[in-house]
Amino acid sequence: MAQNFVLGHTFSHGVHPPEHKKGTRTEPIERLGFAPTLVVPLAQHIGAPAKAVVAKKQEVARGELIAEAGGFVSVPMHAPAAGTVTKIDLALIASGSMAPAVYIKVDPEASQEALEGEPFDIEAAAPGDLVGAVQQAGLVGLGGAAFPTHVKMTVPEGKTIDTVLANGCECEPYLTCDHRLMLEQKDELFAGLAIALKATGADRAIIGIEDNKQDALALLRDSVPHGLPIFVAPVKTKYPQGAEKMLIKALLNREVPSGGLPMDVNVACFNVSTLAQMAALLPKRQGLIERVVTVTGPGVRKPGNYLIPLGTPLQFILDHVGLTDDARQVILGGPMMGPSVSSLDVPTTKGVSGILALTQKELDDRPKQVYPCIKCGSCVEACPLYLNPSLLGALARKEEYEAMEQGYHLNDCFECASCTYVCPSNIPLVQYFRIAKSMNRERKAAKRK
Amino acid sequence: MSSEPLSVDILTSPHVKRPMSTNAIMRNVAVALAPVALFSIFAFGLSALLLLSVATISCVLTEWAVCRLSGKPNTVGDYSAAVTGLLLGLTLPPSFPLWMVAVGGAISIGLGKALFGGLGYNTFNPALVGRAFLQAAFPVAVTTWTPPFVQGRFLACIPSTLAFPFLKPTPVAEYIAAANIDAFTGATPLNLEGVTRLADPLDLFMGMTSGSTGETCAVLILLCGGYLLVRNMLDWRIPAGVLGSVFALSGVLHLINADTYPGPLFMVFSGGLMLGAIFMATDMVTSPTTALGVWIFSILIGVITVVIRLKGSLPEGVMYAILLANAVTPLIETWTQPRVFGTTKKASSTS
Repeated sequence: MAQNFVLGHTFSHGVHPPEHKKGTRTEPIERLGFAPTLVVPLAQHIGAPAKAVVAKKQEVARGELIAEAGGFVSVPMHAPAAGTVTKIDLALIASGSMAPAVYIKVDPEASQEALEGEPFDIEAAAPGDLVGAVQQAGLVGLGGAAFPTHVKMTVPEGKTIDTVLANGCECEPYLTCDHRLMLEQKDELFAGLAIALKATGADRAIIGIEDNKQDALALLRDSVPHGLPIFVAPVKTKYPQGAEKMLIKALLNREVPSGGLPMDVNVACFNVSTLAQMAALLPKRQGLIERVVTVTGPGVRKPGNYLIPLGTPLQFILDHVGLTDDARQVILGGPMMGPSVSSLDVPTTKGVSGILALTQKELDDRPKQVYPCIKCGSCVEACPLYLNPSLLGALARKEEYEAMEQGYHLNDCFECASCTYVCPSNIPLVQYFRIAKSMNRERKAAKRK
Repeated sequence: MSSEPLSVDILTSPHVKRPMSTNAIMRNVAVALAPVALFSIFAFGLSALLLLSVATISCVLTEWAVCRLSGKPNTVGDYSAAVTGLLLGLTLPPSFPLWMVAVGGAISIGLGKALFGGLGYNTFNPALVGRAFLQAAFPVAVTTWTPPFVQGRFLACIPSTLAFPFLKPTPVAEYIAAANIDAFTGATPLNLEGVTRLADPLDLFMGMTSGSTGETCAVLILLCGGYLLVRNMLDWRIPAGVLGSVFALSGVLHLINADTYPGPLFMVFSGGLMLGAIFMATDMVTSPTTALGVWIFSILIGVITVVIRLKGSLPEGVMYAILLANAVTPLIETWTQPRVFGTTKKASSTS
């Protein structure tokens, strides 16, 4: 298969933290049971929160619509289990804040057969219908960003998509759920790519996989369905290779313009899990109700990849896998970008690809003392967007937040934390940038009033 | 089903960190300098030992005193003051009076670093600030070189080492004469009187000549730099740029007129160039952070060194070359800000 259109196989800069994937990469996906009560937040995605369409005490079937999309950049929610809605109330979410959620008491007697809608003929569907069906399925980017998938599939007037990318990089340390998914659900992945190709009108699709997953590379390469313009390309194992902009740069040598979107360079990029779910849900018009999550880390006794109903409280999952006595910190997602949770009542959501438990040892290993910046330039050589984190950090210390945005491209930073990872002086650079961005947002909001 | 409730700690991502700290970098620079210091003690004896000790101790004491006076936390533990002291000592002649060394150490830290705001804020390499002060204040002492490998060097000091403060330095002519060394090697190889009397590059390479305490053995300095390079604590582009540009420029000049200009090997291995290129110009604080900036900075040092050595009235130009390049580092940084991903024009930048 000709793959010589692939110009680059990586991007400039970036870092390579220890991978820690051995613990779970060979663990097949295993289904986890239902927690007694599921908590389904209405804002699990970027964009407007969904609007609940169920009432207290209402009985719901598994897969039934419980909240409809709150706008175009929004997706509906479906009941992850059959049971009774006990309340619609505030719940603690991963960010540490409270947000509205539907509480479902799982019915232990129910069959838990997922509800099926009217059959949907993908072959016959027009691109617009496909996009609509993807929204109906409640699909969002399952790599972690949780951006509504149908929005990325919508090609506006005057734009064209020539290439669809399937993101199988999984560059965050510890996580292996996408790796397992590629090994176990390759047919769904290819079928999802076929849908994406059709919806976007692209000529070809490329599956980009980091070269630390040779088994997945070989398997997918050997099983591309005949007649589909799908290519499988290895990319260098480097963080943040799985960032959309970095993958597009690596595979196509195109740079998404500052402040722009992948469609500005004729690309649509989807996580491999998103594509597989798309193929699984669309034919029967079902909704997203569960996802594969890597539960791992030195604080976990039985690490593995689990198929977990959305809305399952972390405590239930961690009880199942067992925590070690010295477990101290629980992180949603990978260790580079994932937030650490304040309570194990927090439920899993669509964007949670990993649950990572770290122990006292990892906490002790985190350097405590912050030294002055010694201008070593490590951060400059790490930033995948060629920003100058050292300079931005100095400006942040002086609270020059506006200057950071206007003169130094603060808003291009997607908080991959590579700069902070390498900083020998332990300067909390990405934390500064998060503060700076939120201060700027607040300032702008105040101005508008 | 339920385990005992976990009390979770909340920290912000990233939750992993590259195991390299500023402290470790400074400590490793000190470790890398140790063989250079040991060789200089072997070559120049007790005087070198005292000189390096006084330089290091005076820098560390000044750092401590500055922290104490300014009410800031003690920063002696970050090793940077010790590195500054060691570097200062290594650039001074072995016969340099100890009291002057102590003055240099105080100036290095006090004027070169603390006045700017401490580690990370200084514009100039602190050791070279001290060295430049000593060059201006004590021009004779700082250019008086004694021969290496003198008999009995471990038993007695070079007479000028123990000179009393503010008194006329003890002349070392007798010491040099007693060492029974011919007039040529008594002077540093860079005190050019004519190209015909230049030292052999091999001797310079192996450290067989006289010179400043830690500058004589080029091969050892290279090896120690290699250690830092392997540990990823040294930007190889800086020594490459400095040494490469000195070699290229002096090579071209030598080809044009071999009678006036010494050969490139001599230029590269003589004087303080090797120590400067590997341990001083690479000071992270005072060198640019951008890739292009690093090349401009290092080539600038090489060119200024050659110009000062061959066209100036000073025998040695490395120190001033590095200080000048330090001074323009902020400007170089401003010019060489990288193009931001997804943009076509350079980020507007004012440093």
